[in-house]
Amino acid sequence: MSRLPFPAALLFTVASFSVSFNASAAEISQGAMLSNSCAACHGTDGKSPGAIPKLHGKSAEFIENALMEFRSGERDSTVMQRHATGYSDEEITLIADYFAGLN
Amino acid sequence: MMNHINRRQFIQLVGGGSVLASSIGLVACSKQSTTSGRVVIIGGGFGGATCAKYLQRFDPDLDITLVEPKQNFVTCPFSNLVLGGLREMDSISHSYEAHSKRGIKVLHTSAREIDPTGKKVQLADGTTLEYDRLVVSPGIDFRWEDIENMSPGDAEKLPHAWNGGPQTVTLRRQLTAMPDGGTVIIAPPANPFRCPPGPYERASMIASYLKQNKPKSKVLILDAKTKFSKQPLFMQGWEALYGDMIEWVSGDAGGRITGVDIAGRALYNELGEEHAGSVVNLIPPQKAGKIAHAADLVDDTGWCPVNQRTFESSRHPDIHVIGDASLAGAMPKSGFAANNHGKVCAAAIVSALHNTTMPEPSYVNTCYSLVGPDYGISVAAVYRYSDEEGIYAVKEAGGVSPGDVGPDFREQEARYTRGWYASITSDTWG
Repeated sequence: MSRLPFPAALLFTVASFSVSFNASAAEISQGAMLSNSCAACHGTDGKSPGAIPKLHGKSAEFIENALMEFRSGERDSTVMQRHATGYSDEEITLIADYFAGLN
Repeated sequence: MMNHINRRQFIQLVGGGSVLASSIGLVACSKQSTTSGRVVIIGGGFGGATCAKYLQRFDPDLDITLVEPKQNFVTCPFSNLVLGGLREMDSISHSYEAHSKRGIKVLHTSAREIDPTGKKVQLADGTTLEYDRLVVSPGIDFRWEDIENMSPGDAEKLPHAWNGGPQTVTLRRQLTAMPDGGTVIIAPPANPFRCPPGPYERASMIASYLKQNKPKSKVLILDAKTKFSKQPLFMQGWEALYGDMIEWVSGDAGGRITGVDIAGRALYNELGEEHAGSVVNLIPPQKAGKIAHAADLVDDTGWCPVNQRTFESSRHPDIHVIGDASLAGAMPKSGFAANNHGKVCAAAIVSALHNTTMPEPSYVNTCYSLVGPDYGISVAAVYRYSDEEGIYAVKEAGGVSPGDVGPDFREQEARYTRGWYASITSDTWG
């Protein structure tokens, strides 16, 4: 309190309105939740440091198409078909948008 | 950033009207109290280190303390490659520099006691930490009492090497010192235990070393179980790469070990039949790590029951248990699963502290194993949560690598095995 540089009363007035705003700032999106699971193989934020393809820098269309094609079997894969079959269209779009949004 | 806002900027923001209210709100709150909550994490393995990192990413205003005795964490994943001579210890050791750079306090000591009512953790160095939320990620401990004539001190002679570290080096040294024509015995425990395919990858990596250096030797697996993870794929690979070098004895055919003869470097089963080896790797039955028992977080299974959506303990509120120590429904005890728990748990804690809605948790596991240096196989699963079932595997997804593929596929999975290790360790410690 003593370190407040400005009339504390005003600050607290503002603070009292701020709870919901602050809360929304910390709200974790469904896209983030889903995509963080991918990071164990594809690296944090899709920045894979090794042999597994990077997702960072890819467009939403690219990621969405790849996942849809892995899921249908149209595109060959080692493990990705076994993952992609676990997600709905909506979830695939959320994942694609999340990684593309990091660009 | 916003904390450094000065008086003039503040007036400008206020003058700017209600559109800017949300950013002012953040400023005011961070001024009012400098943190949005205190989270203490016990254990800096795949679970704890990931949880710390993702807590900080989700909410940079959290006050996060990670308690881990080791300066460098040696992973159990890829320690089999050290045994096979494919990797050095340095390449499976990870520091906490990146955590410190993120502003996470890393204390290299151990937790001695938890006071769940006072919400305090007492450390071995005498310090007491207060928390709003506590994450316990203690890994495993061993049920020495289940093996006759075995005590923790004997593990130097009969190393389990089921934590990455000095025992990995001991076991490697024993392998390099053994004579050609000797037998290496591996005795995996009954379920549940850490890393279900691990003992069989270990047999593979040891066979790979022996084939090149001591080709008259044998690997004998005396198993407590009657079947094991990725069994057909392992057996197919063993035959292709090592002929009859690896022999597996099922638990119902004399494989179940009940005791040891330390001096004779031998194991015996319930019928009293003894098997002596040049190197004996007994992997004892397991339970949740020590602190989980001391803090009354375990049930009569020896593991920690949790709300599988948030990983909050069923026994004490505001304490979350993740990784191998937790009872996580259909998920196996793996480094991958622990990394995943860390993220789900971080999301649960941040959502709870901010009183926001937690997103639906997302759970995944993939376990890669090397059968040979260029021969990889995998098992994968996607999981969901329901109040009735807890964490369950999605039926349409997951499964093991196909059986009917050529060497290119196995080679590609071996490359991905190494790629996975690079990614998950940077996701956890980077």
